Amino acid sequence: MTEEKQPETKSTAQFIRNVLVKGLLLFLILNFAVGLIPVGNTWGSLSLYNRVWPGRVRLPFGENPAEAYNLSLYDLEAMFASHEIHAGPKPADEYRIILIGDSATWGTLLEPQDTLSGLINADGLTASDGRTVRAYNLAYPSMSIAKDLMILEKALTYEPDLILWPVTLQSFPNSIQVETPLVANNPQRVIPLIETYDLPLKDDLSAFTQTTYWDRTLIGRRRTLFDALQLQFYGMMWAATGIDQTYPTDYTPAQRDFEADNTAFAGWAPGEMQQADLLTTALRAGASLAGDVPVLVVNEPILVSAGENSAIRYNFFYPRWAYDQYRAWLAEDASLSDWAYLDLWDSVPETEFTNSAVHLTPAGSQAYYEALKPALEQLLAP
Amino acid sequence: MSLLNILILIAAALALRLLFPGKLRRWALLVSSVLAIFWLQPSLPIRQMDFWFPTATLGLVLASWALTAEKEQLKARQNQLAAALALGTVLLLALLRFVSLQGVLTASRPPQFSSVLIALLVIALLAALLVRFLQPTRPALTAGVLLILVIFVLLKTPALASLSSTGLRSLMGQDKSLALPSDLGWLGFSYVAFRLIHTLIDRMNGRLKEMGLDEVLIYTIFFPTFLAGPLDRLQRFRKDLNDPQPLDAEELRTSGTRLAAGLFRKFILADTLALVAIIAANVTQVRSAGWLWLMLAAYSFQLYFDFAGYSDIAIGVGRLLGFTLPENFNHPYRQPNLTQFWNNWHMTLTQWVRGYFFNPVTRALRKNKKLPAPLVIFITQVSTMLVIGLWHGITPNFIIWGLWHGLGLFIHNRWSSYTSPKRAALVTKRPALDKVLHLSGVAFNFVFVSLGWIWFALPTPALALETFGKLFRIA
Repeated sequence: MTEEKQPETKSTAQFIRNVLVKGLLLFLILNFAVGLIPVGNTWGSLSLYNRVWPGRVRLPFGENPAEAYNLSLYDLEAMFASHEIHAGPKPADEYRIILIGDSATWGTLLEPQDTLSGLINADGLTASDGRTVRAYNLAYPSMSIAKDLMILEKALTYEPDLILWPVTLQSFPNSIQVETPLVANNPQRVIPLIETYDLPLKDDLSAFTQTTYWDRTLIGRRRTLFDALQLQFYGMMWAATGIDQTYPTDYTPAQRDFEADNTAFAGWAPGEMQQADLLTTALRAGASLAGDVPVLVVNEPILVSAGENSAIRYNFFYPRWAYDQYRAWLAEDASLSDWAYLDLWDSVPETEFTNSAVHLTPAGSQAYYEALKPALEQLLAP
Repeated sequence: MSLLNILILIAAALALRLLFPGKLRRWALLVSSVLAIFWLQPSLPIRQMDFWFPTATLGLVLASWALTAEKEQLKARQNQLAAALALGTVLLLALLRFVSLQGVLTASRPPQFSSVLIALLVIALLAALLVRFLQPTRPALTAGVLLILVIFVLLKTPALASLSSTGLRSLMGQDKSLALPSDLGWLGFSYVAFRLIHTLIDRMNGRLKEMGLDEVLIYTIFFPTFLAGPLDRLQRFRKDLNDPQPLDAEELRTSGTRLAAGLFRKFILADTLALVAIIAANVTQVRSAGWLWLMLAAYSFQLYFDFAGYSDIAIGVGRLLGFTLPENFNHPYRQPNLTQFWNNWHMTLTQWVRGYFFNPVTRALRKNKKLPAPLVIFITQVSTMLVIGLWHGITPNFIIWGLWHGLGLFIHNRWSSYTSPKRAALVTKRPALDKVLHLSGVAFNFVFVSLGWIWFALPTPALALETFGKLFRIA
C-alpha cells in the first residue's frame, strides 16, 4: 500500500474559496435582481399553451398533478395564458360567452364536453346577428364569490359578449372569501376590487398573503416558478390525452342522510344569518365591472335530498332555513339590480349528483343546461 | 435518491477527504459507507426490514469474503479491524433505538438491541468459521455464487418475492394477506450481488489473489456507487483505494463539472421528461399515435438522463474521494447500430456480463466444433441479453426485452458480416453516402431501442402489445 500523495492544500483551498465566493455573488445578484420585478407581472403570460400545446379548456387546477396532468397555481396571468381563451384575438364571427363560478361550473368529475360550457358549445347556438356562440369555461374549483369577481375582472379583457355566472350559497359568506388560496395569494388584484366596490371585506385584509421584497426574489418565488414550469410540461400530456383531472369511479357519493340536530350553516344557528354576512354585493360589483356586457347570474342546481332528516337539510352544505333565506335575498337583490337572474336550484334530480351537493353527472349537467337554455336563447335574441 | 440526499453525500465526501487524510481515509470510507447503506435504505412495509436488509448486505459481504479468504487472513489485524468497524457501526446504529433520531440515519426505529447484537455475532461467527474451516476451493466459491443467485431469484421473481414477503410478515406478526413483491425493497442488492459474484469468480479463476476484508467491504458498499453503479472491478478499485488521486484544483474542477452535469441531467432533464414519458397509467389515455411516439422518445431520453446523471454524480463524488470510477455511458443514442449501442450503454454492466457470461459461454460452445458459428453467436447473444433482462427483474416483460435485444444483436451481427466489406469500400469511395447511411443507422437504432423500452417500461406484455398497436395504428 502506498501513502496518499499530499494534496496541494493551499491552491485547493483558494480554488474552493474562489468558486464559492464567485458562485454565491452571482446567485445573490440574480436573486435580488429578480426581486425588483413586480408580482403578477410579465412572465406569467409566457406560455407554451396556444403555441406548442393547445390551450386548456378549463383553468388549471389539480391536486394530483401526476395523474391529472394539471396543477393548481396562484398566478392568474399564467392560468389565463394556459387557457384556450388566450389563443389570440377574438374572431369577428364569435359571440363570446364567459362562464365563471365554482367547481360545479369548472366541472369536477365531468369531462370537458359534459360541462356547461361544453354543452353550450356542442349545441351550435348562434346569436341574433349570426355570430357563432362560443362558451369559455373560466370557473375555478373553490367556493368564493370574491374569487369569481377577481377572475371576472381579468376575463373582461377577453371581450366577452355575455357573462354567465352560476353561484351557490356556499360561495357567499364574507368569512370565507379571503381564505381561498387563489384570493389570498392575489392581494394586488383583490384589494383594489374591495376598495373600489366597497366590499365588506376590509376587516379581512390582514388575511391576505403579504408579499415582501424577499418574497419576490428568486428564492421567494421558487415555488411559483416551479409550478408555472411544471404546468408548461404537463401541456404535452394535456394535448396527448385531453385529460385535465382524475376521474375516480370509487368516489364517496354526496351525503343524503343527516343528523336531526345538524341545523347550522357556516357556524350560524337558524335565524342568525344576516344578509350583510353574505357577499351578495359582489354580484352588483360584477355587473358594474362588466359595464355593457350582460350578466346572467344563475343560482346553480343543488342536491335536494329525500333521505333521513331531509326536512331539516337539503344536503350536506345547506340546512333548509339558510338556503331558503339565501334564495329569497338573491331574488330580491336581482329584482333591484341590473343583472339577469335565474334560479335553477332544483332543476336536477337528486340521483344526478356525484361527490358533492353541487357536482353533477353528465346527465345532470345536460338537465341543467336544458333548464338554462331558454334564458340563454332569450339573451342571444335581439 | 433525492437532491438533498445527493448534496449530503457530496458534502460528506468532501468532508471525509479533507478531514481524514492518509490511512484514516480507508477506515472513514468504510464507516461512512456502512452508515450510507442504512441511511439510504427507505422504510418498508415489513417492520424493521429497513434495518435488517442493510445488515444482511454486510453479512453477505462478510460471508462472501470469508469464502475467498485463507485461514491466516483471520488473524490479520486489518481484517479484524474492518469487521469490528463495520459491525460496530451497525451496533451504534442499533442504539438509535434509545434516542429520538429515527428517520435521520435509519428509516424507522431499529430493532431490539439484543436482536441486533445476536445477529451480528452470528454473522461474525459464521464468517470466522468459514475462514477457519473452508478453503477457497472451486466448490466453496461456486456455492457462494449460487447462494447469491438464489437470493437474487427470490427477490426478483414477483411470485417468490411475494412468498418471501409472506414469510417475513408472518415472522414479524404482520398481516400476511398484504404481502407484495415490492415489500422486499432490498436497496442496492442487484449491484451488491454482481460485485460479490465478481470477487468469488475472480478468486476461483486466480485473477484475484488475497483480498482484505476492508477492501471487499468498501468496494461492495462504496457509497457513491452503491445504488446505481458504475459496476467497478476490485482490481481497479483497490488501486484508487490504496493510491488515491490527490485532491487538487484540477481534480476539484473535474469533479465539480461531473457533479453539475449529473445533477442537471438527473434533476432538470430526466425529472422533467418524466412528466411526459410513457408509464402504465398514460399509454391507454393517449389519443393519437403521434403523441405516443413523442412520449416514447421522452421515456428513452428520461431513462438515459436519469441513469447517466446518476453515473455522473457517482463518478463526481468518487473523484472527490480520490477514485477514478469507470465510465458507464458514452453517447449511446448516437451509435449507428445495436452492437455499438450496447458497447456504450451501461457499459460496466455489459462488460461484467461479457466477462462472466458471454465469454465463458462462447468458449464453451466453441469447444463443440459441430456447432456452426452463427448458431453459437445466436445462442450467446440471446442468452447474454436474457441475463441482462433478468438482472432487471424476473418478469415476462424483462425477458421479452432481453430477447428483443438479443435477437436484434444477432440480426445486426449477420447483417454486419454481410455488409461490412461493402461498407468499408464506401467510406473512401462515397463518403457522403456513408454519412447518410450512418445517420440512418443512428435513427433506426434509436427507434429500435425505444420500441424495446416499451417492454421495459410497462408492467405486462398485454399492455406493451396494446401500446405497439397504438403506435402502429393496429386495431
